[in-house]
Order: sequence, then structure tokens, then C-alpha cells
Amino acid sequence: MTTDQTSAVQMTNDHKVGAQRKPTLAVWKFASCDGCQLTLLNCEDELLSIAGAVDIAYFPEATRAVAEGPYDVSLVEGSITTPHDAERIREVRAMSGTLVTIGACATAGGIQALRNLTDVYEFRSIVYAHPEYVQTLDRSTPIAAHVDVDLELRGCPIDKGQLLETLAALLAGRKPRIPTYSVCVECKKRNNVCVAVAHGTPCLGPVTQAGCGALCPSFSRGCYGCFGPQDSANLPAMTDRLRAQGMREPEVVRLYRTFNTGAEAFRAESARVATHPAAAHPAASTQTTRGSAEEAPA
Amino acid sequence: MTKPGNVARTVMLDGLQELIDALLGRGYTVFGPTVVDGVIDYRPITSVTQLPQGWGDVQDNASYRLRRRDDDAVFAFACGAQSAKPVLFPADELLWRARLGGAEPEIERAVDDKPAPPYAFLGLRSCDLAAIGIHDRVLSSRQFGDTHYALRREDTLIVAVTCTDPAGTCFCVSMDTGPVPRSGFDLAVTELYADGPHRFVVEAGTPRGEELLDQVASTAASDEDLVAAERVGAEAAARMGRVLDGTNLKDLLYDNTESPVWDDVASRCLRCTNCTLVCPTCFCTSITDASDLTGTTAERHRVWDSCFSEEYSYIHGGAVRESGRSRYRQWMTHKLAAWHDQFGSSGCVGCGRCITWCPAAIDITAEVAELRRLAEQRQRPQEARP
Ligand code: SF4
Ligand code: SF4
Ligand code: SF4
Ligand code: SF4
Ligand code: SF4
Repeated sequence: MTTDQTSAVQMTNDHKVGAQRKPTLAVWKFASCDGCQLTLLNCEDELLSIAGAVDIAYFPEATRAVAEGPYDVSLVEGSITTPHDAERIREVRAMSGTLVTIGACATAGGIQALRNLTDVYEFRSIVYAHPEYVQTLDRSTPIAAHVDVDLELRGCPIDKGQLLETLAALLAGRKPRIPTYSVCVECKKRNNVCVAVAHGTPCLGPVTQAGCGALCPSFSRGCYGCFGPQDSANLPAMTDRLRAQGMREPEVVRLYRTFNTGAEAFRAESARVATHPAAAHPAASTQTTRGSAEEAPA
Repeated sequence: MTKPGNVARTVMLDGLQELIDALLGRGYTVFGPTVVDGVIDYRPITSVTQLPQGWGDVQDNASYRLRRRDDDAVFAFACGAQSAKPVLFPADELLWRARLGGAEPEIERAVDDKPAPPYAFLGLRSCDLAAIGIHDRVLSSRQFGDTHYALRREDTLIVAVTCTDPAGTCFCVSMDTGPVPRSGFDLAVTELYADGPHRFVVEAGTPRGEELLDQVASTAASDEDLVAAERVGAEAAARMGRVLDGTNLKDLLYDNTESPVWDDVASRCLRCTNCTLVCPTCFCTSITDASDLTGTTAERHRVWDSCFSEEYSYIHGGAVRESGRSRYRQWMTHKLAAWHDQFGSSGCVGCGRCITWCPAAIDITAEVAELRRLAEQRQRPQEARP
């Protein structure tokens, strides 16, 4: 249900800088670890500017003061895992102007979406003395599976620069620059040495969406995909390369099943590799992950 | 390089240091090859000790490894991880900044503060020289030139070297760009390390190169040194790792837009953009605007882009090149065919970087060969008919 990120996401005109009333910001938490909210609190140098530009009207992690909605912008962290949360997100949507989901939990279901592959009720009966008191859904789902989302910020956790860019864009009434291409683009822009080619380190950068500034390769580590699939991810081709680098099927499956295990491209490929470990990938996967327009020759 | 009649000089390793010192003394930032993070790449250097002495490279599809040489050569590697592109045509270029202080915004143009220190390259390869020549044409000599590039380029000094040990992914001979630098340099160096003392035959290509060479302890190159320099270049030319058959290449591409090759390569291509970002001639960029939180500062940047990304071809309603098939076809057709129509040369200089740095091990020379094989296969039965 994510609305097209390329369409302008903005506040209404009277909420722009210079208008009498500062736009209001709310920060919501669902099933998550709080890491993405901490990214906002970690914007130490910029916090004053943020506080000067917006009214932080609801942010339980940071302040006890609560201003009543509606809110101009809602940042939503976490996935939906309980019937109560499935209700609550509808209320949040109803009182929010622009709704931005932040982090792998909110955009793909998070690490807790590993439950989607198993029987969560069985776990519940093993873990809790009184499982009947624990209300839970059998799947962890992203916010966009429940309500319309205006913009998604990926990552586990999100990138501070992307968060500030989003707030600055919303304040100015312009489109935020949140690229959907691969991590490799940022890697090359930073003049990093490619760890996959030069060190033989498996790296999910080619199928992962940019945004982190190629953080892991900048420290000579392979990317493990915490920003989820890029807009044109070719997962079967990635699997072939991981195999060529000596990874075995169970390792490949584990690599796809982390923070973005619920993201469709990662989910589908991990399921394919898990069920047909030795099978070559389907020929000519020419379709990309987003909607299609006219196909024109070069 | 060393044609009879040219005044070539022979310089020792100490002389190379004097050359670096002379450049630094004139205010240049000297980019030279050095070992970084398991590869040889160009970085600012101040000393010959930073050169990759005794290091070579082994390059193949999706693989780059350093190797220890059994000699003291400093330039006996193939092309570095990147070309001169990241320096002369940076990944992120600030075009202008606007500040809102009073009633009117103040505009600061980035070109007004001209890059302070001029750049010098030491050890650039002839494929990369050819690529700079292409960028000069593409970026500077059109009606609306790229001011930032042109300004930076104007002051750049180039000390090129002859490749003596090409890599497995090199095919400059096929593209007629190497391995011996022929033009576009201020100084050209051929390193002699196989027999006799470790020495460099240096030739000037411009008056300022000549003037620099005068600052360096040297002797007139002996006939033996000239012959040896000629020989190492010719030997390198005979050791190309790859071949790209250029026969009717433009027509081959234009006539085969529906070849099954495009589907096959699309099934392997990760659409990661690495090939275009390491290619020394790819020049595609996009313009991005940014404003800060307070709404008082705005900046316009020109950033690298690639025809392998979906957003690159985004127009109202969606991306024109939605499939991996159309993106790979765009890249290869632009490089090897449309470039001729647009800029009067091939867009490929045969450096082989797109082969080495493609994490999916896709090889432009192999794809061309396959395109040709399938096209010929289709044609043959037709020709056989009366
Ligand atoms: S290190 Fe990873 S992210 Fe960087 S270019 Fe290589 S494959 Fe891409
Ligand atoms: S490099 Fe990959 S795993 Fe590391 S922070 Fe970026 S997206 Fe996440
Ligand atoms: S297309 Fe490949 S081989 Fe040719 S110049 Fe570009 S990177 Fe080098
Ligand atoms: S091959 Fe692609 S990225 Fe390179 S110059 Fe052509 S269109 Fe641009
Ligand atoms: S050809 Fe290779 S480097 Fe280029 S986009 Fe495809 S996978 Fe990436």
C-alpha cells in the first residue's frame, strides 16, 4: 500500500517555514528495538534546528509532554505483530498528515518476521507459562500492509542523514532525495575498494538499496542487506555469485533472512533457494521489482 | 613512444623523487599509484616510497588480487582500481549554494573559488589518457561545456607510463589506445627493470613537461635504452588479456537490438551500476537540489548517475528502461555504437575495469563475441539460399 515515493510528499503550504504555526511531529513505536528512534535522538548537532523548525508533539522515547493530534508528520517505527497494534496503526494514520515509516521493522516486518516462516503459536506455548494471555498475530507485517504510507526510510537502523534530509524536504515542501538504487553506487562514490572483487568477501550491496553511505564496505565488510532490496534487485543472480564465492545454500538462505526477511525479493529468493538448493536460477529474470512503464529499445 | 629524433632522457628512481618534488614545489597535488586496501589506486603522494614497488596485479572477471613481483618495478601493474575520473570529474560536485540572509538570497557559484592546487598525475596509463581525451571532447568541447571539468582539466599535468605488464582484463590494443602512450601527456615514462639498472626512459610531450624534465637529474637516453623501451611496449602489446573484435561493431549492435544475448546477460546482471562507475569514459550525472532544516541554505549538486539504475530513465509515468535487458543493451550500444555517432569515437578504451569490477563477472568482450556468434549463425542459412 506504499504510495509511489516519486510523487511529491509534502506538508500543506501553511505548514512551511515562515508560517505562523510550526508543523507538528509525532514519533510512534510498534514492534521494534527503538534503534531508529535513537537515530533521531543521536542527531545532536541538528536537534536544536529540528526543535526550532517543528513542534515535537508526541515522542514518548524523548519527552513525557504530549500534545493532542492531529499531527503534520508521523514517524512510525516497528512492525505490526498484535491485533491491538493493527488497530492502533489505523488510529495513527487517521491523525497524521504525512506518515513516514522508519526502519526495517516498519518497512519490511523486521527480524521478528522470521516468525512468518514458523508456527508462532507453538513458540508461544513453549515460551510462556500462560500462553492464553499473550495476544499475538502469526505474522509480523510492515506498516504498509495495514495503512497507506507516504514515504519509507529503510535500514536497521535508519541513516541519520536520510532522516534529516526527509525532515528538511518536508519542511521545504520538496521531494526528499531517497535513492532506491544499489549500495554499490554509494560505495563507488566514496571511492571504496570493492570487498567482493578485491577481497572475495560476499557482499549483498548489489541487491541492497542505498542510503547508509556504504557503511559496511567502508570498513572492509560485506553488506548484509539491512536496507532491504534495491528497486531492481536481481536476487537469483546474486545467489549465483554467492555460490561462486563458495557459500553453501544454508548460508545463502541465512544471509537473506535477517532484518529484511519479510521484504518480498529477499523472502521469495530465500524460499526458492531453501526449496531447490541446487537448482539454477530461472532464466532471464528481466522483470524488476517496481511497476513497469513502456519498454523502449536503447 | 621513443621515436628517433625525440629527445628522451634516462632517469633513475631518485630522479623520479626529484620529479615529484618539483611538482610539489610548483603547488601541484600529485596523484600517484599506491597500495590501498588490497588494490593499486591513485592517491595523493609525496614520495617514491609510496609507489607500489614490487607489487603487481592479477585481474580477471570479478576478481582483483595484488601479487608480489620478483623485481623492484614501481609501475609494473595494469590499470588502477579507478582512472583519473574520480579526480577530474568527481562523484559529487557542488555547483552552487544559495544563502538566505536578508531579503534576497545570496548565490555562491562553486566555480568562482577555483580549485586551489592544480592536479598532477604520475603513472597514468594510455587507456586512461585516451579516456581523458574522450572526456575533453564530451565535457568541454560542446556548446555548453562543463565549466568545472574544464577548469580543473586546464591546469592538470600528466606523467604517463607505458604499461609493461597488462592484466588479464586489458584489451587496449583492440581499441587502439595502448599500451604505449602516444599523445595527451606532458611527460611519458617507460620503466626498464628486466635487465640492467632499474631506470626510466622519459620523453616530454609539451613545453611544460620539457621544462620539468630539466629539473631532474638525467642523462641523454642511450640507443640501447631507447630500443629496450620500444621493446617492452611491443611485448606488452602482445600480452593483452582480452580481445574485442571491432569489425562492423556499430552495425552489429544496431542490427541486433532483439538478440537473445540481452536476455541472457540480464539474467546475470545485478543492475548494480559498478561497470559504469568504474568506466573512465562514462559521464552520466544527475542534478540534485538540497535544502537544510532551517530553510536558509540550498545547494545544487551534480552527482554520478548510471544507465543501470531505474531512476536514470524515469520520466512521467515510470522508467523507460524497466528491464535489466534494456539497461545492459543501452550500456553496450552506447559505448560501442552510439558513441561514434555522438562523439566520433568509440566510448570504450579497453581498460577492462568493467570486467574486473563487475561483481557478476560479466565481460563486455565475451558478450560482444556472443552477440556476433548468434548474429552470424542467424545470417548463415539465409546466405546459403540461392
Ligand atoms: S563492496 Fe559491495 S557494495 Fe561495494 S561495490 Fe562491491 S559489491 Fe557493491
Ligand atoms: S552496508 Fe548494508 S548492512 Fe551495512 S549498513 Fe549499509 S545496508 Fe546495512
Ligand atoms: S567499457 Fe569497460 S573496458 Fe571499455 S573503457 Fe569502459 S570500463 Fe574500460
Ligand atoms: S554507458 Fe550508460 S552511464 Fe555510460 S555514458 Fe552511456 S548512458 Fe551514460
Ligand atoms: S554488468 Fe555487472 S557491473 Fe554492470 S550493472 Fe550488471 S552486474 Fe553490475
